[in-house]
Amino acid sequence: MYLDNSATTQVSEEVFKEMEPYFIEEFGNPSTLYGIGRESKKALNLARQRVADSINAKPEEIIFTSGGSESDNLAIKGVAFKLAKKGKHIITTNIEHPAVKNTLGFLESLDFKVTYLPVNENGVIDIDDLKDAITDETILITVMHANNEIGTIQPIGEIGKIAREKGIKFHVDAVQSFGKIEVDVEKLNIDLLSLSSHKINGPKGVGALYIKKGTRVVPLIHGGGQERGIRGGTENVPGIVGFGKACEIAAEKLDEHYKKLSSIRDELIDKVLSTIPEAYLNGSVEDRLPNLVNFRFKAIEGESLILLLDAKGYQASTGSACSSNTLEASPVLTALGLDPVDVHGSLRISLAPESEAFDVDEFVETIAEAVKRLRQMSPLWNQELDYDNIMCKKHEDNCRKC
Amino acid sequence: MDYSEKVMDHFANPRNCRMMEDANGVGTVGNPTCGDLMTIYIKVNDDEVIEDISFQTFGCGAAIATSSMITEIAVGKTLEEALKISRNDVAEELDGLPPIKMHCSNLAADGLQAAIENYYENNQ
Repeated sequence: MYLDNSATTQVSEEVFKEMEPYFIEEFGNPSTLYGIGRESKKALNLARQRVADSINAKPEEIIFTSGGSESDNLAIKGVAFKLAKKGKHIITTNIEHPAVKNTLGFLESLDFKVTYLPVNENGVIDIDDLKDAITDETILITVMHANNEIGTIQPIGEIGKIAREKGIKFHVDAVQSFGKIEVDVEKLNIDLLSLSSHKINGPKGVGALYIKKGTRVVPLIHGGGQERGIRGGTENVPGIVGFGKACEIAAEKLDEHYKKLSSIRDELIDKVLSTIPEAYLNGSVEDRLPNLVNFRFKAIEGESLILLLDAKGYQASTGSACSSNTLEASPVLTALGLDPVDVHGSLRISLAPESEAFDVDEFVETIAEAVKRLRQMSPLWNQELDYDNIMCKKHEDNCRKC
Repeated sequence: MDYSEKVMDHFANPRNCRMMEDANGVGTVGNPTCGDLMTIYIKVNDDEVIEDISFQTFGCGAAIATSSMITEIAVGKTLEEALKISRNDVAEELDGLPPIKMHCSNLAADGLQAAIENYYENNQ
């Protein structure tokens, strides 16, 4: 059972069928004038319309990119470079996706100033902090709609209102929320919005940036004038076609999927918290995506838990440092104020519409057994430790974290 | 994580994973903040041979597998021999560890050393 849909999703049959002709038969370059090129252009236009419709935008406001990370880069660097003469201050949160966080870090190296708003224990920012952070130099506010690790939703509508009143550009990374909850760029006063295809049962390597009419950005990729000169390079036609179809399906079935997924989610939360001792939910119970939950279990380490669950046929993920390429504990879970030891015991479960045939009882029982087993092995469970007598020899070996 | 079959076997079926009430040497190494904490228990006889050895570990697959493996390597060895077991020996017996895990989770040799030092302190 695949339960890591926040990492990526399976391409749906319908999406795949829609893409198929654009590899071999309809392989034309949309920028060419003859028949086969025109077919590709038509397909591109239809996809653009579908993406636009799904977020209440106009087709000319959609720029296709290679995915969420490129969209975030284009939005943030694009606005920052465009407006650098007006000001060099950007506001964000301390739980953004690395595509936002590291882009802002890069801008800081170019003398931009970034304010990172803290989140409370539920993973949500305080609007007053945002108001206080705004200066005459502020050119951009960039806040994720829903968090990729804990699934909590930020007050995007309120932020959008403030940004619009102050004339500050507002970028939203909607990679996780899109297709799960309503994303309406008009209602939410959004100027730039990042989308990704592979999180909504579309293909990988394609995404979009919504750029509100009148908002200007400096391109990242200069080239042959594609995407209104904002994103050079021959378009990924099959990918874009698949993405368009995935958007259409996600928008059509939004309510149906929401009901289905949130009921599984709530059952999962109830059962995990009531049957497993010292189990906690990370992030708020309310204001949460219908498809994502993140738990933590005392005295165990997440990578081990993932391996045990995988052996039983369940694929999920963890914010434990031990499972990451950098050996750094999840900055998102750390930002919630959790004890670093507890961050290691986190488990993220993310559902997709195809998760419906999923036996929650059996899954929770499997988690409970795995947690119990790891606790039996753990010197942290039910034992008093004399920390003064513990040697941490890691220092000798250039362990970055401790 | 790209673990060898041996690592996965020792992780899934850890050898000698238990607390030892009558141990005469106990060593705990690591740091739970970093995600690994390991306690090694040894029972050493009058000939300074490790008669029994067990472990308890909080940590990733590699941390658990290396703990399990060192109990197999060290049992029956004299303390002098056991002190020579290096981190690399443990990793080699497991058919290698992912490079990123070599320094952070490969704590078992340190744990055994700490347990032996504790035994010497207790039996001077």
